Amino acid sequence: MRLEIIKENGQREVFCGLTSIVWLHRRMPDAFFLVVGSRTCAHLIQSAAGVMIFAEPRFGTAILGERDLAGLADANEELDRVVTDLLVRRPEIRTLFLVGSCPSEVIKLDLAKAAERLSTRLQGQVRVVNYSGSGIETTFTQGEDNALTALVPFLPRNDESQLLLVGTLADGVEERFLTLFERLGISNVASFPPRRSTELPSLGKGTKVLLAQPFLGSTARALQSRGAQLLSSPYPLGVEGSSRWFEAAATAFGIDPAHTASVLDPLVERGRAAVAPHRRELEGKRLFLLPDSQMELPLGRFLHRECGMELVEVGTPYLDRALQQPELDLLPAGLQLSEGQHLEKQLDRVRAAKPDLVVCGMGLANPLEAEGFATKWSIELVFSPIHGCDQAGDLAELFARPLRRRAMLAFN
Amino acid sequence: MELTLWTYEGPPHVGAMRIATSMEGVHYVLHAPQGDTYADLLFTMIERQNKRPPVTYTTFQARDLGGDTAELVKRSISDAVERFQPQALLVGESCTAELIQDQPGSLAQGMGFNLPIVNLELPAYSKKENWGASETFYQLLRTLLKDQALNPGAEKPSPSRWRSEQRKPRVNLLGPSLLGFRCRDDVIEVTKLLSELGVDVHVAAPLGASPADLKRIPEADANICLYPEIAESSCSWLERQLGMVSIKTVPIGIGAIQQFREELAAVLELDQIPAPPDRSRMPWYSQSVDSTYLTGKRVFIFADATHAIAAARIASKELGFQVVGLGSYCREQARAVRAAAQELGIEALISDDYLEVEAAMAAAAPELVLGTQMERHSAKRLGIPCAVISAPIHVQDVPARYAPQMGWEGANVIFDSWVHPLMMGLEEHLIGMFRHDFEFVEGHMSHKGQKAPADKLVAEEAAVPATVSGGCSWTSSGSAELGRIPFFVRGKVKRNTETFAHERGISEITDEVLYEAKAHFTR
Repeated sequence: MRLEIIKENGQREVFCGLTSIVWLHRRMPDAFFLVVGSRTCAHLIQSAAGVMIFAEPRFGTAILGERDLAGLADANEELDRVVTDLLVRRPEIRTLFLVGSCPSEVIKLDLAKAAERLSTRLQGQVRVVNYSGSGIETTFTQGEDNALTALVPFLPRNDESQLLLVGTLADGVEERFLTLFERLGISNVASFPPRRSTELPSLGKGTKVLLAQPFLGSTARALQSRGAQLLSSPYPLGVEGSSRWFEAAATAFGIDPAHTASVLDPLVERGRAAVAPHRRELEGKRLFLLPDSQMELPLGRFLHRECGMELVEVGTPYLDRALQQPELDLLPAGLQLSEGQHLEKQLDRVRAAKPDLVVCGMGLANPLEAEGFATKWSIELVFSPIHGCDQAGDLAELFARPLRRRAMLAFN
Repeated sequence: MELTLWTYEGPPHVGAMRIATSMEGVHYVLHAPQGDTYADLLFTMIERQNKRPPVTYTTFQARDLGGDTAELVKRSISDAVERFQPQALLVGESCTAELIQDQPGSLAQGMGFNLPIVNLELPAYSKKENWGASETFYQLLRTLLKDQALNPGAEKPSPSRWRSEQRKPRVNLLGPSLLGFRCRDDVIEVTKLLSELGVDVHVAAPLGASPADLKRIPEADANICLYPEIAESSCSWLERQLGMVSIKTVPIGIGAIQQFREELAAVLELDQIPAPPDRSRMPWYSQSVDSTYLTGKRVFIFADATHAIAAARIASKELGFQVVGLGSYCREQARAVRAAAQELGIEALISDDYLEVEAAMAAAAPELVLGTQMERHSAKRLGIPCAVISAPIHVQDVPARYAPQMGWEGANVIFDSWVHPLMMGLEEHLIGMFRHDFEFVEGHMSHKGQKAPADKLVAEEAAVPATVSGGCSWTSSGSAELGRIPFFVRGKVKRNTETFAHERGISEITDEVLYEAKAHFTR
């Protein structure tokens, strides 16, 4: 398919990669995320996650001060001191992520080396890993990509045949997937990231990788460089994406297609039935997706093909052609796709097109609602169990709900 | 490097955003990396604003650092001015931009725009949000009003000139802003408080004001510094340069309201202030016998300086608590907090280190914590009831209902919200005493949202007269006995009794069956 892509540069209304901490800390409760940055970084994370009340914080910030910037304090000594203090308070931490930020990267603080040094010092107690979540380098979900990439070198070697599911999944979805793979006849299945940071899956020549999320380009390449084989598939959003995703694994493991069909067909049928009532609400409605998480292509594909929505524009912060090709193949020809963002111009396009539903971030959602647009705030999509045939109805519901709500409310 | 789990204040540019977003007709160009637009959420989600903050971010990325970031700044400035046509422009940097030193403020001033431009110098690595807000408000006022400054030796305008001008006295309310604690309703309540005294509000700023409004500030007879964290430096500049008197008492709590009224009357030379109306229910609520158990409750207070000082006075004098800890994260106002603490015979804790505050809280072993959103974390960890009295706040503290802290109604709100968690605390004590309870078991918090469906069920069951259920019928003696069970456990007792009867094939539930069942389930 030839692609018409609007490539734009201007103000970008997106999160930085630090935001990924908000869900990663729940996925791996024995890990701690220490951002090395400024007060802005600390403020970002607590603004995003601070509505939850924590008895035990699972993330924090080592805030750089003037002494650190002026070189008056040895950054490495300072970091060692901060980490020591932290571990005294939280001795049960098993993995410590040193998360790079814009300030730490602009002043070129070598956190990779610091992580190595601290790992050696704390050997047997805590593993210290480094990744960048800075805004200048990463957008939102790319933070997870970098965090997982940083863990790849620690995955133990094992060349036996296995399936590795990569990308954070909701617990319920993960358990369901394991059951389904078992039913298909694939029993050696592991998840990455694991639920405990110490229980890392193994990796080797027999590992076949199935990405559950589209934003894991660097993780995928790191896994491949250690011998794993990356399976190409659309992402498991909606009935179609999910069944193709399972099929990709089944084919790779040489499962009889008739057996695969016998497992998946009932799921597909049930999933379609669950989507049907939402399809009635979404069909023919015009959708505009603003860039946020790189999930926009699979979401657009699902909403177009399974819910009958018309795609006005699909924006993505970053288009990884290799990882998104199976999605692009399913999207309609002539789709208006945009990569990057010039916020004001994009909002002008939103206003001119008058879509029925706008998928956007929380900085824009209420203002657009006030202008009369129905919106679906996008961050919820990384916090909700939306993967798999069984969740297709729920996924459609997430988009149908704001429309239904607008129709329901009356104040006269 | 400083280990921070929670930060009381954001960076100073968030303070500047608070000023810009609180106002009308002001735009803010912020040189910042991609991702710093998260701050928009504070306004669109926490404050639930229906429009985007008037902020244009340059959102540079790593690839821009190799190129000309100054050019990016200039492009952003001219785009913003052209698109938004502001009456005044703020230009500044976030923490990362401060490191690359593009001097956006000076660049803007050299671009030949015909509008007031304020170059914000906000040192992100040494100052914080409130300082940023205060500095921004001050610089904006100074830019707009410097032409109106009095010549040296000129006579200061008299605060009582309203009399000769044959009009009502009028004052400015300075300090209220978005992301402040309950500023929206405080402005309304203070306006009411002033109207009782026949005083008008001239300009309230920054909240709701435009640059044109700021230019009208000198027309008022006095300034009321409602939130010193934001407006103290502006008030003192207006005092020095324009000879305007500031009223410094913050009217939070009954005693402070009285003092505020007296100070206002003295400054404006009001004839006679009417006797304090019985507007607040708080004094009577506090005097009524139900409040006796509040006497001597040990309370730990930590907040911004204004709310901490006000809370200490209310707690010790108006509610009869014992203040066992008092502190603030506002270093700029540390002196006033220390003085308030000294009056109570304790030492003030001035710190922005959340862990230090938590340690002090643990050491003081209070029965109630009055603090910020952060103290809710520590209080949860230590198992102490807690109420929020100051920013930083989260979305639940920007309520739809009228919820001021200032003025007569503010005192009512304060009474309810501070006593409420204690009632829950009492319930917790009861659970500690009677561990055998079959509903209020260890760890159960009936006031918590997650248990609401169960509570609702109980209420519904209690509302339905106990007649027939599950093949058993209730006799009149059984129903009467059920009616004597306190309502909050009645539904549970009813269900337990019916299960008990059903299992034993009892068809008629009498009072004796109920007691049998009760005994059975407590074993």
